[in-house]
Amino acid sequence: MEKIIELKNISKSYDGVRVLNNINLDIYDNEFLTLLGPSGCGKTTTLRLIGGFEQPDEGDVIFMGERINDVPAHKRNVNTVFQKYALFPHLNVFENVAFALRERKVPKDEIEEKVHEMLSLVMLSNFAKRDVTSLSGGQQQRVAIARALIAQPKVLLLDEPLGALDLKLRKDMQQELKKIQKATGITFIFVTHDQEEALTMSDTVVVMSEGRIQQIGTPIDVYNEPVNAFVADFIGESNILDGVMLQDYKVKFADQVFKCVDAGFGINEPVDVVIRPEDVDIVKPEDGMLKGTVTSVTFMGVHYEIIVDVNGFKWMIQTTDFVDENEKIGLTIDPDAIQIMKKSEYSGLYGDYSTYSDEVEELTEIESGELDISEVEGAEEE
Amino acid sequence: MKKNGKPVWGLLGPYTVWAFVFIVVPLGFVAYYAFTDNSFSFTFDNIIRFFTATSQSGDTEVRTYLLIFWRSLKLAFISTVICLLAGYPMAYIMSRANSRKQKILMTLIMIPMWMNFLIRTYAWMTILQDTGILNGLFAKIGLGKVHIIGTESAVVIGMVYDYLPYMILPIYSVMAKMDLKLIEAARDLGCNNYGVFRRVIFPLSMPGVLSGINMVLIPSVSTFYISQKLGNGKFFLIGDAIEGQYVANNLHFAAAMAFILMVILIIMMALIKKFTNGMAYGGDSE
Repeated sequence: MEKIIELKNISKSYDGVRVLNNINLDIYDNEFLTLLGPSGCGKTTTLRLIGGFEQPDEGDVIFMGERINDVPAHKRNVNTVFQKYALFPHLNVFENVAFALRERKVPKDEIEEKVHEMLSLVMLSNFAKRDVTSLSGGQQQRVAIARALIAQPKVLLLDEPLGALDLKLRKDMQQELKKIQKATGITFIFVTHDQEEALTMSDTVVVMSEGRIQQIGTPIDVYNEPVNAFVADFIGESNILDGVMLQDYKVKFADQVFKCVDAGFGINEPVDVVIRPEDVDIVKPEDGMLKGTVTSVTFMGVHYEIIVDVNGFKWMIQTTDFVDENEKIGLTIDPDAIQIMKKSEYSGLYGDYSTYSDEVEELTEIESGELDISEVEGAEEE
Repeated sequence: MKKNGKPVWGLLGPYTVWAFVFIVVPLGFVAYYAFTDNSFSFTFDNIIRFFTATSQSGDTEVRTYLLIFWRSLKLAFISTVICLLAGYPMAYIMSRANSRKQKILMTLIMIPMWMNFLIRTYAWMTILQDTGILNGLFAKIGLGKVHIIGTESAVVIGMVYDYLPYMILPIYSVMAKMDLKLIEAARDLGCNNYGVFRRVIFPLSMPGVLSGINMVLIPSVSTFYISQKLGNGKFFLIGDAIEGQYVANNLHFAAAMAFILMVILIIMMALIKKFTNGMAYGGDSE
């Protein structure tokens, strides 16, 4: 596949706050790539660098082999779907979509034809004469997509485009965006903080935190083989434990030695161990590798989410078996369910499930000053 | 208004009373006086007099009040255009400055309005007089004397100075509220600076421009005093004429002139609104 965009050693600061730190990323033709991370991680800034709304302090933006650091936004073959759509309120649906073609002085009948083609692509054929302010959020979203696609960009940038839609509509739009991307063959670069959205839609997921890329991979890779505690915690639910790699294929955590499928670590190297909640099997206490007490059971529809206290560490386990609160159970873990990660700056930040709610967790983190995203976020939003 | 009724209507009460007593009733009086003579019997004479009265101007006979009215319109129109040309870029720059600079600029624009209108006009007299500050300055830097006081230009300068803030403020408030993402969107879709201005900023600023024009044109058409002081009394405007008739206790004719002025202004504003709406929302379509 052909490389369409390369970001090389890019750094960027606002008012002395570093929002991007040595970003290196290759984006390929016809790819659906997602920049995923919490607010303030630099994903929107990365998108704006590609769109031409920001210039990097250091490093280069390469577009089809050419350095485009200094090429202004209106001369880039890239279009953007903005977060809150940014439709022109003084123009109707037709004129919003026709905007780019009018600027290029395309003949009238060709504009007419292209606009109708685009409107039917986003299923708004009967809305041409409508006032954009009279449309629902989902419809405005479609107009924004049609408006950005009509110029036939090589790359479409989407800045949290589904954030303002309700859940059901968002799911529909996810499918539809994916379809549009396949139909047009345009490279999509999609920014989101919603890990589920990223996993569903993308060919490639780029996980970012604190201005750095943490991991680049397919959705399956980043889910099954997170490179560090941040990625493991951010994507899906995970039990992250301190461990020691005794030797290849043998790891010790929770005071037990487990077989695993990872190798290449040093003898007795401290590591982070990730075990997904759905990979833990519940057995009788006497048959378990680990024993614990159930402290809470939540019914989730398809499965139960239970919290198990094993020697003070609270595990989250997803199971279809029913267990009672305060029941003693045993846990077994298959070797290939154990993901070993090198220690990183994020080690130890993500504890067990003793504080269950993300919101409470975030609040306590902010209070204790561990998270200081507010400034960075402000700069990014600017 | 009944007890426990909708509070919204209750809140409107004081204004409704105020508007009735001080706007509707006086307007009724203006109309009543305009169509009556000194013994308060109905007549069109005052209206007819406005359109037909003549006087000598040099060798030619002119229609006194039509000429005055035409001059008022002309000077008001010139002042409005100048205010728009000067005020629009100012409003734009202000709306794009950081908030500290915005506050400073806003204060600078407001400061002259804190001073009394008469004092401002006298200040311009001392500046523009043949032996005034401006000519003194010109003499210092070796430029010739200019004669401004007593010309139409002096009247226009006075009006622009007085009314410029009323043009800047409404345009500024519309521009300051404009979503910057719209400008980015226009750039993203291929517009250079000029395109962004022509296709997005300007059309979206039209409501501000419209109220700016309203707020400058109407008071400048009906202004008085500026013309007496800066025009040396040579350029009577319709406001001066109304004042003159009023002072001379010619209330019926003064009312007739005020009434005609009002009708013509209403028609003008309706036309301007129609024209600018077309520009704002029909410019790119078809």
